[in-house]
Amino acid sequence: MTRSEDRLTAAFVAVALVALFGGVLTGFFQALEHAGMDVYPSTPLVKSYYHSLTLHGVLNVLVWTTFFICGFVPFMTTRALGRPLALPGVAWLTFWVMLGGFVLAAIPLLGNAATVMFTFYPPLKAHWAFYVGLTLVVVGTWLVTWNLALTWRAWRREHAGERTPLAAFMGLVTFAMWTIASLGIAAEMLVMLIPWSLGLIGGTDPLLARVLFWFTGHPIVYFWLLPAYMSWYTLAPRQAGGKLFSDPLARTSFILFLVLSTPLGFHHQYTDPGIHVGWKLVHAFLTFAVFFPSLLTFFNVVASLESGARARGGKGWIAWFAKLPWGDPSLAAQVLAMLLFTFGGIGGLINASYNLNLVVHNTAWIVGHLHLTVGTAVTLTFMGICYWLVPYLAGKALWSRRLAQAQVWIWFVGMIIFSNTLHRLGLLGMPRRTMIGAAAYVQPEWKALLPLVGVGASLLFLSSLAFFLNLVLTLVVSRAPAPAPAVPAFTEALSGADHAPAILDRWRPWIALAFVLIAIAYGPTLVRLALTTPFNTPGLRVW
Amino acid sequence: MAAKRGTTVYLYELAWILPSFAIPVGMLVALVVTAFGAGVHLPGLERRIDPTKVAETAPFDKPGLVEIAPGQYEVRMTAQIWSFAPNEIRVPAGSTVHFWATSKDVVHGLLIPKANVNVMLLPGQVAHAEAHFDTPGEYLIICHEYCGIAHHTMAGKLIVEARR
Repeated sequence: MTRSEDRLTAAFVAVALVALFGGVLTGFFQALEHAGMDVYPSTPLVKSYYHSLTLHGVLNVLVWTTFFICGFVPFMTTRALGRPLALPGVAWLTFWVMLGGFVLAAIPLLGNAATVMFTFYPPLKAHWAFYVGLTLVVVGTWLVTWNLALTWRAWRREHAGERTPLAAFMGLVTFAMWTIASLGIAAEMLVMLIPWSLGLIGGTDPLLARVLFWFTGHPIVYFWLLPAYMSWYTLAPRQAGGKLFSDPLARTSFILFLVLSTPLGFHHQYTDPGIHVGWKLVHAFLTFAVFFPSLLTFFNVVASLESGARARGGKGWIAWFAKLPWGDPSLAAQVLAMLLFTFGGIGGLINASYNLNLVVHNTAWIVGHLHLTVGTAVTLTFMGICYWLVPYLAGKALWSRRLAQAQVWIWFVGMIIFSNTLHRLGLLGMPRRTMIGAAAYVQPEWKALLPLVGVGASLLFLSSLAFFLNLVLTLVVSRAPAPAPAVPAFTEALSGADHAPAILDRWRPWIALAFVLIAIAYGPTLVRLALTTPFNTPGLRVW
Repeated sequence: MAAKRGTTVYLYELAWILPSFAIPVGMLVALVVTAFGAGVHLPGLERRIDPTKVAETAPFDKPGLVEIAPGQYEVRMTAQIWSFAPNEIRVPAGSTVHFWATSKDVVHGLLIPKANVNVMLLPGQVAHAEAHFDTPGEYLIICHEYCGIAHHTMAGKLIVEARR
């Protein structure tokens, strides 16, 4: 790979890390508020709990994830294909478009002119720059898709009949899935929110906006997860000293994510009026269907780790787990992320369970769930990746392996306390996205648990400070070792790509199937809304 | 050797794939049984309303509680920043309450913990939920969607009175 491509990855990861820092800082403030310490009067830039909450959501789930993924996935894909990106100039243009979008959105965001949460449900009306900025970020991700597709095509011309290397296959599936899924948010932005915020159209419609938002808003979690899976499948088994159990099963699982990720967004809208319950039930079925590739991933990844632990002398049904190379902070981070993701997955099934959702929808339970999934499965995995990626990109040794080892465990323990408490508070009826410390209706049983939110978040904040400190000192203090830090090698497979059916290496049938399922699951509702929506709701700024 | 190893992997795969398929299917069956057997309903398709004319549109021109049949009550409710109207509801124990609600401004939510009432109130949409209240006591009515700077003050009460 060329140095320019490494610099491109470094640029994306640097922006991602800056966003993550802002995200964890505001998150810490919010937890303190829940625990009874209102810090907002003394924070000059952050105007209110809700300003903080919007910053936390946008910076963490929209910016940190997307920028990291746009740096990491092309890095892995080009390595797996053994060739540089087809359009290096476009790749840099992509970075500048996305950074420009982020800065444009950040101006109203920081200025309290877009305190609308990361879901920006109208008729809450943010400054137009917020919508235009986020749209540019999405457009940037499409440019990444285009570049990856051309790179793969060039590879294919020279390797007719060969199987696409697994990591490249996963990178392409991730961006193909995302590009299809992002059509919802693109339509919401371009047809509804941007012209409305610019004053070109007078009104909007909350229901249609929510349908389009969640068209993208659920599959976006797979856009965050699949790059983590890519690391779990193609790097982690080798980091653990083992081999990938089954390459064909991994491909099958990714193809199922490509097909099934999008047509299920109504499970975020079970409690919305204006959508027929029959379609909600269809989306519930499809959500359970996407549980299937998740279970395949669970099995395949655990079996791969097990092969590593057994090669290192691990024995027994469960005891082998202790023989994993826990001293490697990169692997430890990812294995702990997987452990907590098990509970995230089970919680997700409860959320998806149609009428059971009535107990948890929009309560603190959801916040607990989100922190196990994007806040740990994804974020802790990306932190683990940073422990080899940043030293490699900087050409310097990680400043402290011990600090990194401690950091991942502190995150794990802090998240167990934090997320378990929020799940319980949700079951007790505590709403999410609410300045609980100032609410008049706080129940005694909530009060007993709220300090634990502060304890868990303090550990998480401490852990993230250790993470950032380690990376910063790697850059400014560490020396360049010999040999230079390397990228972990791709894993071999026990059952290799040649066992996979050839149809898994074709794109058109699967993408066509994805569109067919979307047309079935969303078509009737979208057509009805397009024909009947009056767009007569005026916008409001109420913060 | 390679072929044999491939076969073993294949058997393990199959041993996992079949239950992976069976588990979600089993859960779906449980879900459908509870949805239709136990009658736990979700909000669905009702009707649109002009969000700028809620105060003039029946039944939301007269928010309040109406007894529509013995033991059957209807609440006609509006949500606005940052209150519910009505914000206190009293029904006798054993009542079934039908909530008909909408929003006059931004997106709000209607959550009654311990009663399985959980519905979004969107401008332009009439929302419906129903619940049965057997246990006397005070139930919270909470707005559970961010609706602006004083969102955390938006709440009401539903009081279930013991029958004498």
